Amino acid sequence: MPYLGSEDAVRELRRALSNPNVQSDQLRYRNTVLKAIRAMSQGVDVSDLFSEMVKACATVDIVQKKLVYVFLCSYATLNPELSLLVINTLRKDCQDPNPMVRSLALRNMTNLRLPSLVEYVEQPLAAGLRDRAACVRRVAVLGWAKLHNLQPDAEIDAAVVNELYGLLRDPDPVVMVNCLRALEEILKKEGGVAINKPITHHLLNRLKESDVWGQCEVLRILQRYHPQSEDELFDILSLLDASLVSPHPPVMAATLGLFLGLCSGLPAVSLAALERVRGPLLAACGSTSRETRFTALCHIQLLLRSLPGLMGAHYKRFFCGYAEPAYIKQRKMQVLVELVNDENVAMLLDELKGYCTDVNPETAQAAISAIGRIGRSYSDRCLEILTGLLGLKQEHITSAVVQTMCDLVWVCPQCSDTVCSALEGCEEMLQDSQGRQALLWLLAAYGERVSSAPYTLEGFIDRVRSEASLGVKMELLTTTMRLFLCRPSETQDMLGRLLHYCIEEEMDMCVRDQALLYYRLLHCGIEETHKVLHGQRSDPSLGVLIGRPAEPINQWAYSFNTLEPLRQAGVETEPASRGSPEHVTFDPKPNTDLSDTLNCSQIEKLGTPISGQLLPFFFAEPLKFHQVGWGASVHSHFQISPEMFNRVQVRALAGPLKDIHRVVPKPLLCYLGCVLRFVVLLEDEPSPQSEVQSALEHVFIQDVSVHCCIHLSLNPD
Amino acid sequence: MISQVFILSSQGDHLIYKDFRGEAGSDVVSVFYEKVTALTGDQPPVVMSHGDLHFVHVRQGGLYWVATTTSPGSSPFTIIEFLNRFSALVKDYCGSLSEKSVQMNFALIYELLDEVVDYGYIQTTSSDVLKNFIQTEAVSSKPFSLFDLSNVGFFGAETQQSKVAPSSAASRPIQSSREQGGRSEIFLDVIERMSVVIGSKGVVLKADVEGEVRVKCFMPSCSEMRIGLNEEFSIGKSQLRGYGAAVRVDECRFHQNVHLDEFHSNRVLRLCPSQGEQTVMQYQLSDDLPSAPPFRLFPTIERDSGGRYSPRVHAAINVCATIPVPKGSVSLSQELSSPDQSAELKLQNRAIDWKIPRFIGGTQLSALFKLEVSGLSPSSLMEVGPVVLVFELPQLTVSGLQIRFLRLSPVQPAPSQRWIRYVTHSDSYILRL
Repeated sequence: MPYLGSEDAVRELRRALSNPNVQSDQLRYRNTVLKAIRAMSQGVDVSDLFSEMVKACATVDIVQKKLVYVFLCSYATLNPELSLLVINTLRKDCQDPNPMVRSLALRNMTNLRLPSLVEYVEQPLAAGLRDRAACVRRVAVLGWAKLHNLQPDAEIDAAVVNELYGLLRDPDPVVMVNCLRALEEILKKEGGVAINKPITHHLLNRLKESDVWGQCEVLRILQRYHPQSEDELFDILSLLDASLVSPHPPVMAATLGLFLGLCSGLPAVSLAALERVRGPLLAACGSTSRETRFTALCHIQLLLRSLPGLMGAHYKRFFCGYAEPAYIKQRKMQVLVELVNDENVAMLLDELKGYCTDVNPETAQAAISAIGRIGRSYSDRCLEILTGLLGLKQEHITSAVVQTMCDLVWVCPQCSDTVCSALEGCEEMLQDSQGRQALLWLLAAYGERVSSAPYTLEGFIDRVRSEASLGVKMELLTTTMRLFLCRPSETQDMLGRLLHYCIEEEMDMCVRDQALLYYRLLHCGIEETHKVLHGQRSDPSLGVLIGRPAEPINQWAYSFNTLEPLRQAGVETEPASRGSPEHVTFDPKPNTDLSDTLNCSQIEKLGTPISGQLLPFFFAEPLKFHQVGWGASVHSHFQISPEMFNRVQVRALAGPLKDIHRVVPKPLLCYLGCVLRFVVLLEDEPSPQSEVQSALEHVFIQDVSVHCCIHLSLNPD
Repeated sequence: MISQVFILSSQGDHLIYKDFRGEAGSDVVSVFYEKVTALTGDQPPVVMSHGDLHFVHVRQGGLYWVATTTSPGSSPFTIIEFLNRFSALVKDYCGSLSEKSVQMNFALIYELLDEVVDYGYIQTTSSDVLKNFIQTEAVSSKPFSLFDLSNVGFFGAETQQSKVAPSSAASRPIQSSREQGGRSEIFLDVIERMSVVIGSKGVVLKADVEGEVRVKCFMPSCSEMRIGLNEEFSIGKSQLRGYGAAVRVDECRFHQNVHLDEFHSNRVLRLCPSQGEQTVMQYQLSDDLPSAPPFRLFPTIERDSGGRYSPRVHAAINVCATIPVPKGSVSLSQELSSPDQSAELKLQNRAIDWKIPRFIGGTQLSALFKLEVSGLSPSSLMEVGPVVLVFELPQLTVSGLQIRFLRLSPVQPAPSQRWIRYVTHSDSYILRL
């Protein structure tokens, strides 16, 4: 944040710095320099002081020197000419008898990041590699990497590379590790530093000399090594066994990463290694640093994918602490859901029930949906808790419970009786659109069993004018239509009102189109309407997905000990990426790009998100319309650009779509894939398939495979 | 590989910013802060991305310690451990960790960063190595406090109190010991954190203890230290020693500098402590506590609520009980048993905070809280509880671990002082109603 009047401050500082009285008094000089640096780190632009600072650099006071170097390295790129002046001082310092001064000069010389200075730097760097003091050699070795990155196209000096390889035998462990790091950068084009058998064994033998950071680096680089024989492999593994249970989580993780890499062909050994790290990982889960706890939790989730029974006995360690942040609590609940079994289910549900009344609504919602997931195996106990929670009459809890029930019913249709009886009277408590959408979906699917369904709908229809959410309006249309099919006498009047409102008064194109579609459908006769609107109530394909088989370790080993497992939390908890219907329905903007190509009046999304690539199609019988269905396996990072779908509506007809990872049993790493299926009902003559497909590919920009097929209508009239 | 490191105050002020690799500009600091503030709740995810750049941050001392990296393959364990270690170093060197101390010592922190990381690669974080390089002196920000005066006896006489180290004694910069010369002290802390869940009928459902033995050393040179633990200390279930009440832990991990050659026979740890703070030993114990949990609760909830606590230990300080209350609660009236206690209704947390500054062992305290709840329904009672206790038990370890002796060899010149402190904190002490 720049200060007001920062120019004055800079002027003041310059005056002080060039004042000979200040310069002669070491302490005052240093304090003035200090002030300049303070201003710099607060965000004031003090680059104008560069020339004064260059002068201040020539001093015997090391503290001042260090301060000035901080300044120079930040602003050197803005003043390449003036920086030339510093080089002389720096080169002189490189000859200083004090190794600390030498290393300081060398480090900052390479930190200036000016390609024009490279020629002056090479000679002191070369001398630095042979310096007596280890701290100078450390700096010099990395200096070569910095030089190389300044001029990435310059030819690699083979002599330097050889010298660096030679320094792998340096007595100082940090120099050794720095050599690895430097060679890795310099030889990036050739695939990094060469890891052969002698180097590997040398590094492994000296592993114990390095500190935690050095060990991690060495272990990471050794992942590229392929042992020549099984004996050698087991020698390496037994050498590393102690590191596997290291009290330092970084070393433990790096070692396990190396183990998994080396044993990719020996799943039994890898599984044994996972068992071995259970203790250290659990310890990291109880670490004082909550960030370490979180990281360990995320990695435990990875391990559980291959070894579901790994933490079974330790489920209590995943009970949430009171003061833990929400992101840890949510992860812990995800782990707890995985650990449920016949013995601990009562205990676990009791614990989860306690979280449902958490002050933080997100935690409460996560707890409720965790109970819903357990409900797939233990539906009676869970439904009892869920219906009990409805009694609390709190908005966010009721909403979460209804959404969870909606998901649960989709998987376990046998729960529907309890759910239907619980639904009565919920609608007053539902304030958010997701909850109401879930309620509407449930009413659509089980409307004939909920006696009060028409009254509930009537309330919705009376308030439709003030309804803000697009998703709710669309859901309302469908629900009313479907209820009309099973209870026509009670619903006919309100359906008429709703259609009238949507067609005549509604400003939103999507809702209007939808209403028009239904209106025309009704003209086609009740039989036809039935065919189109008969959605599924549950997903028959889910039966297989619930009992989750242990995945092979190779599925996730590449992402172990990377940022990937941690980041997924962000993706999942962001509401936008939950893939709710709202997210997919969007503002149609006036844009004629696509509507020429794709004059579609309707798109209905019939499918449900399913992990995996592509699914066989399912959609309603062809009617008077030409139908195009396509499935696209969508990468989690996709973004639909709204204008592409001009005048196109997407709606979840068959299944609640709000919970993508619900069906993806465990979030796949970096591939939170899902399949969106759409049915496009075209009013005009069908465009040739290629044309439609190219338009679709246009829609899903990248990372997406679009599968398209066009069914010509059976009876175009 | 770390691209940048920066420290932000909780208000978003830039305190420290250092770029190691020139891969991104300094504007990412503001990007980070925007991301943090855009999220609801005070709990941003540990890893966030902005384009190719990944932010990894930890919260320490109310500050954001952020590292950025461009490679998604970086080890999160390493970066987080590094940030924690770095903040611990700053704490060692500056004495305490706060926005003010970081601001006052920014030159020192830049110097530290310069030595600790080069070109994004962590070089060393050992304070033994670093002390040779760090030249800047710490500016300690000790506010004037009357409590300091209370330790001084009349006319400088030795009082009983002066034999007890003040709680702030360990929060000072390690470097100052070099100049002052005199106060070469060593602190050995045994810290245990309990996480306990007690069911509604007083049954212990879960009891975990995470313990640490920490050494904070202010000695410029200390060659060797020997720490004797209880002789009957045993690890794991099988290995019981002696006939007395055994002190048992499930798992135990030691710092890599600890020599364990005397551990198996005499339960003695040998190590050469480096300056500053380090964790010598970590241990954990689950489910099978040697003693009963320190607090119990006898609640009675009717259309009004009340409760009694009975601790079984000798004393606890700074006890705070948080009792969740139904949503429609409007006001609170209370009957507490002594005037130094206080109770307050926090509407945004939907809870009563009952604060008990001192809790004498073996006693029971009772309190009666009357809540006015608008729209009370039978299910509102479901919202009451579970009660969370936050407390500190000085001079006590739940596991029973004791330090038999702490010897320095060779014997230090006279003015060295050794302090051994025990404390048990509540990590999460939940009493279901």
